[in-house]
Amino acid sequence: MSEPMDDAAGYYELGEPIRDTKAPGGPIETRWETREFEARIANPANRRRLSIIVVGTGLAGASAAATLGEAGYVVKSFCYQDSPRRAHSIAAQGGINAAKNYKGDGDSVYRLFYDTIKGGDYRSRESNVYRLAEVSRNIIDQCVAQGVPFAREYGGLLDNRSFGGVQVSRTFYARGQTGQQLLLGAYQALERQVAAGSVRCYSRHEMLELIVVDGRARGIIVRDMVTGEIETYFADVVVLATGGYGNVFFLSTNAMGCNVTATWRAHRKGAYFGNPCYTQIHPTCIPVTGAHQSKLTLMSESLRNDGRIWVPKKAADCDKDPRDIGEEDRDYYLERIYPAYGNLVPRDIASRQAKNMCDEGRGVGPEVDGVRRGVYLDFTEAIERLGRQAIENKYGNLFDMYAQITGEDPYRVPMRIYPAVHYVMGGLWVDYDLQATIPGLFVTGEANFSDHGANRLGASALMQGLADGYFVLSNTIRDYLADGPFERIPEDHPAVREAQESVRTRIETLLAPGGSRSVDSYHRELGHIMWEYCGMERTADGLRKAIDLIRGLRADFWRNVKVLGSAEGLNQSLERAGRVADFLELGELMCIDALHRRESCGGHFRAESQTEEGEALRDDENFAYVAAWEWTGDGEKPVLHKENLTYEFVEMKQRSYK
Amino acid sequence: MKLTLKIWRQPDPTAAGGLQTFVVDDISPDMSFLEMLDVLNEQLNAEGTEPVAFDSDCREGICGMCGLMINGEAHGPTRTTTCQLHMRSFADGDTITIEPWRASAFPVLKDLCVDRQAFDRIIASGGYISVNTGAAPDAHAMPVAKEHADRAFDAATCIACGACVASCPNASASLFLGAKITHLGELPQGQAERDYRVVQMTAQHDAEGFGGCTNIGECAAACPKEIPLDVISQLNWDLHAAMRHGR
Repeated sequence: MSEPMDDAAGYYELGEPIRDTKAPGGPIETRWETREFEARIANPANRRRLSIIVVGTGLAGASAAATLGEAGYVVKSFCYQDSPRRAHSIAAQGGINAAKNYKGDGDSVYRLFYDTIKGGDYRSRESNVYRLAEVSRNIIDQCVAQGVPFAREYGGLLDNRSFGGVQVSRTFYARGQTGQQLLLGAYQALERQVAAGSVRCYSRHEMLELIVVDGRARGIIVRDMVTGEIETYFADVVVLATGGYGNVFFLSTNAMGCNVTATWRAHRKGAYFGNPCYTQIHPTCIPVTGAHQSKLTLMSESLRNDGRIWVPKKAADCDKDPRDIGEEDRDYYLERIYPAYGNLVPRDIASRQAKNMCDEGRGVGPEVDGVRRGVYLDFTEAIERLGRQAIENKYGNLFDMYAQITGEDPYRVPMRIYPAVHYVMGGLWVDYDLQATIPGLFVTGEANFSDHGANRLGASALMQGLADGYFVLSNTIRDYLADGPFERIPEDHPAVREAQESVRTRIETLLAPGGSRSVDSYHRELGHIMWEYCGMERTADGLRKAIDLIRGLRADFWRNVKVLGSAEGLNQSLERAGRVADFLELGELMCIDALHRRESCGGHFRAESQTEEGEALRDDENFAYVAAWEWTGDGEKPVLHKENLTYEFVEMKQRSYK
Repeated sequence: MKLTLKIWRQPDPTAAGGLQTFVVDDISPDMSFLEMLDVLNEQLNAEGTEPVAFDSDCREGICGMCGLMINGEAHGPTRTTTCQLHMRSFADGDTITIEPWRASAFPVLKDLCVDRQAFDRIIASGGYISVNTGAAPDAHAMPVAKEHADRAFDAATCIACGACVASCPNASASLFLGAKITHLGELPQGQAERDYRVVQMTAQHDAEGFGGCTNIGECAAACPKEIPLDVISQLNWDLHAAMRHGR
């Protein structure tokens, strides 16, 4: 076996391997059923005495809180927004996958499983992914019963479409607002439990610390964002459904408030962080217009079903009106390079090729810092073929959104798109039960690392969030809760005192006078570093440089950040400062993870690992594992625990979309 | 662009608030309205003045968290959410007045932030279909005619921003309420609880202190999701039906 060059030597220590001990063996088809059966049941009479904290109210959090409430547990649900219904799942546009095979086009649980393993570039667990595909069917049933208004055909049955990189039609959708409709379904189920008294919601509350007592997760410290009060809540088990950390890049398609604080605080308390460098860059976003940009807007990649992507063949044409550029002068580069998949290649390929075209000087749209960062997504042919009405029915709200933001009419002028950070596959490490390395801490949805490997397929995030929340967690958490209720914890327990004290000290430090730079300016600078060196294409030199830059920036932040206002009452600068402080720690770990993984895999491209044709080259011999990172203290080297991935059912192949 | 901003400032829920004037310069027409406020806040922070508090989250027009009265209009001059309003809708030299939603059921928390939890309580009172997880029949067991599915969808796109309430002279939330009644009532799955739902939700709406509907229509005109006014007719129709059924 060849020893890989360890680019990250000196940046980390190697620890003991880690293993998922919860997934049963045997045929893949029976593993989930076996686990459901073997997981103990908490006595129904006892459930009224078992308490659960769920942080986050997106698809994974709201569905979990509602389902656990229905099961009879005492649930507390927290979110930083003013209502649980605002969580960022709401912005997902395209759809949700399910192996229903309603189209009779050869889909099956096994095919969805196979596609997801392959799409994740062989960096996810077979057991987890099979379960995901299996329960995908129940999700659609559940959502329809809740009144989610999915798109339907004239016969009254559900419509499906095919979605990014997949050759069957298994994606259920609700116009371009699937996430919104699914989230409202989960939110309504949650509010039903609020009315029933089984769930209590705390909105405008932000989790700032995890309480660990005798090795178990037993509660959280939150800040009431309206009064500024620091509050402590205890439970028998804590569930984090707090979403992804794409905002470490400052500009992303995430909501302004999306952050890593809950999972990062848990990481610092002992939860391993899985594959932090696995980031998904989404190819169809609206390009940046200037330095004031606060976020990027994604348009569903379903647009790639009918839109054709191109750039001018000649750089000299780049500032022309696209309608004046003749067919012979256009380069439909995805159709040219990948004739079998064309515009439907997976997200990472579409993204990287768009960047390559712009780096070659053939990008379009306004110049920002001397480069035109955009490519055309053209519907002219689709409108001619299907008619404007058909396009309006399918994509109307996306076209409106584009027109609103850019001031251009996409029915007449080709859209301009550019990649943006959209989703993170990395997250807290969990076993098959969705339990982190801290007993009693469960992690669902984007906040965990589990099901998407090194790249997530389109329409699979909604599937995973709801699978975890509706069907998986409630069946695994009961095994842990069967040993409860656990001993009551006094408010003055040293671990609780310590957690409260650290939260207060941190807030005081952030508010200390004397600083001169705003929180946003630090966040922007961190984002630039991450995008430049830990984005679509990475090199060892670049990553080492990024680590140095981040360390310098973090030190400066704590000396020089300027946060006005007080700890009492609503203070949005203070909220942001706490989140950016955690991003500054996470960013370094992401770079170390990226540095040590000297292979191109899934959504990320390592320049040192490519084929002669310049395509991504995976290294299964050396990197077919999950990197689970352990926190060892401020300024200390993180410890890497490897979970080896073995494939019993799917054969590992190099991806080829040519 | 150079703009004069008159912004409502109020330190906490109980304090008296008032309009304060600020000037921002170098505003690009491509900025969103909230990015313009970001620029103001960076400027205030540099000057040592506490930034203006305002809510926003997704900034792509779907979460419903943002919402400002801009020159007396909910979400400003174009029919969209505040986050999707762009500065190209204004001209150099304009004076813009920015206030929070005005309604007693939406108390001001600070500056431009209001408390909209009344909406959550209205949904909790009956805005759902009662089905426990795992208890659902196959999704194809119950076909829904496309016209019903489409109408349900149109009503379901409400983002609960509160613009309907803010623009209504009576501070009524009838459009919000009617949207949910129509969404769930249009579907076969929603029939079993239809009477109960409309009675409970209407009672909660009134208990929260929202006003009655007098068919003015400002709500539908201001709604960024273009929820049609006929959802209020549907609400009234359903309420009458429920009363006829003795609810």
